[in-house]
Amino acid sequence: MNHVPRKRRRSARNRRDFFVFLALALPNLALIAVFTYLPLINNVYYSTLNWTLGSASATVVGLQNYVTFFTSPDATKVLGTTAVFTLATVGGSMVLGLLVALALNTGARGTTFARSAVFAPYVLSGVGVGLVWLFIFDPGYGVLSWLLRGLGQQSPQWINDPQLSLAMVIIVYVWKNLGYCAVVFLAGLQSLPTDVLEAAALDGATPFRRFVSVSLPLLSPTTFFLLITTMLSSLQAFDLIRIMTPLGTGTSTLIYESYLQAFGAFNRAGYSAAISVVLFAILLVITVVQLRFVERKVHYS
Amino acid sequence: MPADIARRGPFSRANLIGTLLGSYLPLIIAVLVVFLPLLWMVLSSFKKPGEIVTLDLSLLPAGLDPENYRVAMTTVPFGQFFLNSTIVTVVGSSIKVLLAILTAYALVFVRFPFKNAIFVLILVALMVPPQVSILPNYILIAGMGGKNTLWGIILPGLGTAFGTFLLRQHFLTLPASILEAAEIDGAGHWRRLWQVVAPVSLPTIATVALVTVVSEWNEYIWPLIITDKPESMTLPVGLTLLQNSEGNGAGWGIMMAGAVLVILPILVVFAMLQRYIVAGLTQGSVTG
Repeated sequence: MNHVPRKRRRSARNRRDFFVFLALALPNLALIAVFTYLPLINNVYYSTLNWTLGSASATVVGLQNYVTFFTSPDATKVLGTTAVFTLATVGGSMVLGLLVALALNTGARGTTFARSAVFAPYVLSGVGVGLVWLFIFDPGYGVLSWLLRGLGQQSPQWINDPQLSLAMVIIVYVWKNLGYCAVVFLAGLQSLPTDVLEAAALDGATPFRRFVSVSLPLLSPTTFFLLITTMLSSLQAFDLIRIMTPLGTGTSTLIYESYLQAFGAFNRAGYSAAISVVLFAILLVITVVQLRFVERKVHYS
Repeated sequence: MPADIARRGPFSRANLIGTLLGSYLPLIIAVLVVFLPLLWMVLSSFKKPGEIVTLDLSLLPAGLDPENYRVAMTTVPFGQFFLNSTIVTVVGSSIKVLLAILTAYALVFVRFPFKNAIFVLILVALMVPPQVSILPNYILIAGMGGKNTLWGIILPGLGTAFGTFLLRQHFLTLPASILEAAEIDGAGHWRRLWQVVAPVSLPTIATVALVTVVSEWNEYIWPLIITDKPESMTLPVGLTLLQNSEGNGAGWGIMMAGAVLVILPILVVFAMLQRYIVAGLTQGSVTG
């Protein structure tokens, strides 16, 4: 052993490690390559085709699908719905999440339980949750219509009216996701430097003033993180929309329109792929903005 | 304020009401907003059609008759959906967690060129939204004959960037000394992984496993697209089928029974192990 040159021993071990690495990591890396990276490329290719899903023939039409999408009334409707849905769900879950986080931050007994409870909807099946709320909103036999009748009101047509459908899905989406925002905000609040808050209290600042001028600015990294992550997941929201408004009445966001075009009545695979690429481009821009911001923050601190 | 409390006593009525309103009321409202819809689901799942299709609403069901569950099982093959969901979740999660452990170990403890480049590719994959890969993956899997099969549901999701990332970050924090001891003993990589690294990383592995189980069980868009026959559907897809088959208000009780079957297992797991699940799902906020 001792007279084997050290260099050769080392290179033998390196070679063995090389194969050990491949044996351990290759299955996972291959799966990621085939089912995550390859589809991105294929999607761009499909988006240049005039192709009916299931048909054996397709013709290359270049950018025609994109032109069709952006020049049709679809674009305004779909992009508008996506914008409204995203802004409302991000704003709603963040504002309510912050309020719940403040209520949880008192350290009162029972807050640990309450924290878990408000987080629970976030891990539940979107399909199950969607059905439960669809029943609550049911204009005929839902508990909401019963409550409204008690107040002498008639239940709005949540399902048939496009604007009310959108409002309904937004409400349920916020219900499902605000617990996530609350728990992340709570972690942020609990890591605030107590000396700064105490100094502000000694200066006679009211709790509201302390929150607005001290806590909120110090929380900005958490707020920014949540803004990005909730925006990314809102843009990909599918389960609730599919189960609560199967035809996309009023709720046809980019992801849902892309699904409907390929797997709904039309089977327009190329057109659907083009909408997916538009969505991907938007998600990419948001992610790049986030990475740049995080990089800068790390750089200056 | 403290002097004020001392004068009136900590248990004075004014102070108690103040505490209740100030810190408990918002919490109680938040918890009720979460639980009342779920309680409504459970109560309604025991109601007969006549108790639901009525203007004279009663809060509690007349009895705990599991009739709706029986109907759900017979009108659509709910037993089959439940079994499919269980197989997909158990098989899919086991393989994913195993792959994540192996990849993370290789990335941290095995010498290899371009390790950083590989890690960057995994990080980028973590950010690629799965929703935009649906159509190409459908064409690929359907072409392989995977439509309406359980392997067709499981396969495209097996590559795991999330678990790999979380475990790699954890493995990096392990002290080198514990591995050096094993190396001197002559233990190879396989033994070092399963006898040293994995046992001390159990909480992180549990976190990855639980988050994976929850997302596999709830997964909707992919099984919805790749199955159109009831024999191979998972629970969430089967619920969609149930919704289509019941046009009028009478079906709500049955649908709530279906919702209970898809929601309750995860709620129970969450209630027991919420610490790991919350930690895993909010991980990014701490690391990023």
